[in-house]
Amino acid sequence: MSHLAPEQKSGLPDIALLNGMVNEVLLLARQQGATASEASISYGDGLSVSVRMGEVETLEFNRDRGMSVTVYFGQSKGSASTSDWSKAALEESVRAACTIARHTSEDEYAGLADVDLLARDIPDLDLYHPWGIPAEQAIVLARNCELAARDEDTRISNSDGATVSSYQGLSAYGNSNDFIGGYAGSRHSISCAVIAGEGDEMQRDYWYDVSRNSAQLQSAEVIGRMAAQRTVRRLNSRRLGTRTASVLYVPELARGLLGHFSSAIRGSRLYRKSSFLLDKLDQRVFPEHVNIYERPHIPQALASAPFDNEGVQTKDKDIVSDGILRSYILGSYAARKLGMQTTGNAGGLHNMCIEPGQYGFDDLVRNMGTGLVVTELMGQGVNYVTGDYSRGAAGFWIEGGEIQYPVEEITIAGKLGEMFMNMQKPGNDVDARGSIRCGSILVEGMTVAGE
Amino acid sequence: MSDNLELARQHLLEPTGLVDDDLNKVLDQVMGHAVDNADLYFQLSRNESWVLEDGIVKEGSHNIDQGVGVRAISGEKTGFAYSDEIVMPALLEASRAARAIARDGRQQSLQAWKQHAPPVLYPVDDPLSSIEEKAKIELLRQVDAEARRQDTRVKQVIVSLSGTHDIILVANSDGTLAGDIRPLVRMSVSVLVEHKGKREQGVSGGGARLDYRYFQTDERALDYAREAVRQALVNLDAVDAPAGSMTVVLGPGWPGVLLHEAIGHGLEGDFNRKGTSAFSGRIGEQVATTKCTVVDDATIAQRRGSLTVDDEGTPAQNTVLIENGILTGYMQDKMNARLMNQASTGNGRRESFAHIPMPRMTNTYMLPGEDDPEEIIASVDKGLYAVNFGGGQVDITSGKFVFSASEAYLIEHGKLTRSVKGATLIGNGPDVLTRVSMVGNDLELDSGVGVCGKDGQSVPVGVGQPTLRVDGLTVGGTNV
Repeated sequence: MSHLAPEQKSGLPDIALLNGMVNEVLLLARQQGATASEASISYGDGLSVSVRMGEVETLEFNRDRGMSVTVYFGQSKGSASTSDWSKAALEESVRAACTIARHTSEDEYAGLADVDLLARDIPDLDLYHPWGIPAEQAIVLARNCELAARDEDTRISNSDGATVSSYQGLSAYGNSNDFIGGYAGSRHSISCAVIAGEGDEMQRDYWYDVSRNSAQLQSAEVIGRMAAQRTVRRLNSRRLGTRTASVLYVPELARGLLGHFSSAIRGSRLYRKSSFLLDKLDQRVFPEHVNIYERPHIPQALASAPFDNEGVQTKDKDIVSDGILRSYILGSYAARKLGMQTTGNAGGLHNMCIEPGQYGFDDLVRNMGTGLVVTELMGQGVNYVTGDYSRGAAGFWIEGGEIQYPVEEITIAGKLGEMFMNMQKPGNDVDARGSIRCGSILVEGMTVAGE
Repeated sequence: MSDNLELARQHLLEPTGLVDDDLNKVLDQVMGHAVDNADLYFQLSRNESWVLEDGIVKEGSHNIDQGVGVRAISGEKTGFAYSDEIVMPALLEASRAARAIARDGRQQSLQAWKQHAPPVLYPVDDPLSSIEEKAKIELLRQVDAEARRQDTRVKQVIVSLSGTHDIILVANSDGTLAGDIRPLVRMSVSVLVEHKGKREQGVSGGGARLDYRYFQTDERALDYAREAVRQALVNLDAVDAPAGSMTVVLGPGWPGVLLHEAIGHGLEGDFNRKGTSAFSGRIGEQVATTKCTVVDDATIAQRRGSLTVDDEGTPAQNTVLIENGILTGYMQDKMNARLMNQASTGNGRRESFAHIPMPRMTNTYMLPGEDDPEEIIASVDKGLYAVNFGGGQVDITSGKFVFSASEAYLIEHGKLTRSVKGATLIGNGPDVLTRVSMVGNDLELDSGVGVCGKDGQSVPVGVGQPTLRVDGLTVGGTNV
């Protein structure tokens, strides 16, 4: 297991210091004539080491500080931020924000979150597990990870190295409605990327794990071996002829597909009428077997949070029930523009999950019979206004329910609205390494373009 | 010289009482270990942005970032630390952390300061204060009004204006001492049009290493508004894009994102030193038709991707990457150049003091050829004409790259017929330029909007090209 060092005391400042600075900034704003204000202060430090071909490549020490403030003069608003915590810099930033607010127009929807929605209790979500790993031990771990990859298969010819990184941070948010709250968090990761083949026939792939708690990370050796296996299986990739096919997204790419969904129901896209899911609340957007929900309080989860970026209490909620869209993803501003209430999503999603089905990845491949498994997507290629979707892809061609050969230099295309309706029940191979948790997803009837 | 160095000293060192001798002391401490090379990078960056939406300027923000990065290099190892306080104790602490990469041992000597005076490519004045706040807001309103005046189908207009004033000073143990004052302004216009329940968007914009008056000149800002509306209306009528391999004609200017993805990244020194690029070891080989000559040129005055000196203090250069189809050179920073026994090409760039430098592009473009653009389109019996793109991406190792068309037309019997919806184009970097059969005489550079991302670091870049005919690219539409 990867737990090499006893957890050490971290050098994070006391949360009281950050809370004090937030209050100081709010006071400065009031003194400068702001009728309302909000501020956040953050501190983080960490370590990142990478090893390539057995040798240390980089050793990087990070320490980041930040302060951001938004002031309101009636319904006019201005913002400023700085990395400098000196009293003079805080004053200058507040002054800059106030200057801006004197020039921006009144916006009847602007303002702090409604007072009665602010978090009253701030539950401990177990988000802070400092690793305290010394640089020397992180190097050993990265070296072992890369070595496992390079030893896994004789076709591994080169390496982009292995990286071990550890981060811990603290942030506090407060506003002039007497809200103040802060908490600490940590995030650690191990990753590895290697190359197989030579000359015109080179392929690269990678694997990684990330967790708030280093004891929960996959071992460095497992990550290295996974990276190697994923790379060599891409050798001798072919192209495909242009056709219509079913496409099975592996979990780490299915997350992106659900990301397109969450982005399309975000408040800013809706009030700007820039979404193909406009006016779809309480309507069918997925087949009946699809359920999507948010769980912001999962202990140790990467996207858990007791309150959002406006201090609004986060809550469990259903987003899609039996295929019907039940909730948008809103902060206060977009909610007011839409005549609705914030969903506690200022700043983003807090563990959006799609209900897993009963089948694992191999079953899904078998059940698909013929089609494409995508393991890599390239480019942006998503038009949220129309839902048009077209992306570069690589993966495996499936026939008879089994992998036939790797494929590359192809595109997959469709319309997101139709793709969502053509989605099968997701796999149970859930990937929890992000703010969206999901298993593999099969979409029928997509266009594959190639030779 | 240079004024730039003196100005950088005034902004970065003098406020905390640091002098050149202190830089010596810090570098000396780093070099106490078996370090080949070390540098200090001081930065003070101020930026602001203003956003108009629903006809009113509802948001503005102001940001100040400053700090110093300390880097120590020993062979292929890099140690790096930074501080957001520019004071001696923080500098010494960061330097102790950075040198941990190397063992105690032989000490390299510091070189005496060498100060270059490369031609200055952009003005030093702060663009943020180039016009009054009221004038910034008035400019945004004019753009909004111009967009809405184009067509009654325009339903939403978002206009943003941003400016950056970036002051850097770099001191290297090899004796380099350089400063640069970098202005950068950017405007973006996004419109939504609606007709009979159908909606589409159009995006336009531009920028330069100048101040805000750039947008007030020659109706430039108003042109962005007209262009965004034009694109949106074209897309309103677009039919499904074709799917499959076909002849593609790429328009001039921003479609040069092809070169950035297909060629540029694969020719960055770090990937080639490590042998992980599809172009590794291919210098001297034919990688394009003889009509193709591609350069990376940081020396064009006022361009978004230009640099008087790079982030390692190396003066800007114009580097030939492909000459008449033959691969001639890589883009290098100091470390990768040294490890490959080459010279830096002035491509060492970093997002900020808190990031490690690496080889990056500046303005990458193809030189003009001799073909008439209209004849290029007329030469195609059946294919796609793509003139506007979103972003792109490349897999350096396999060479596969994509770029996403946002405005394209079918070519049928030598004529443009229908406009088609956006689609991703995919190809193979080492192969794609061997399919370029015609090169237009109409070289254009993009309008100054490019942002390149690599290893999590973003830097401003430029691209450009003349009209090109590519015989065989895969178009990722839905129409089989």
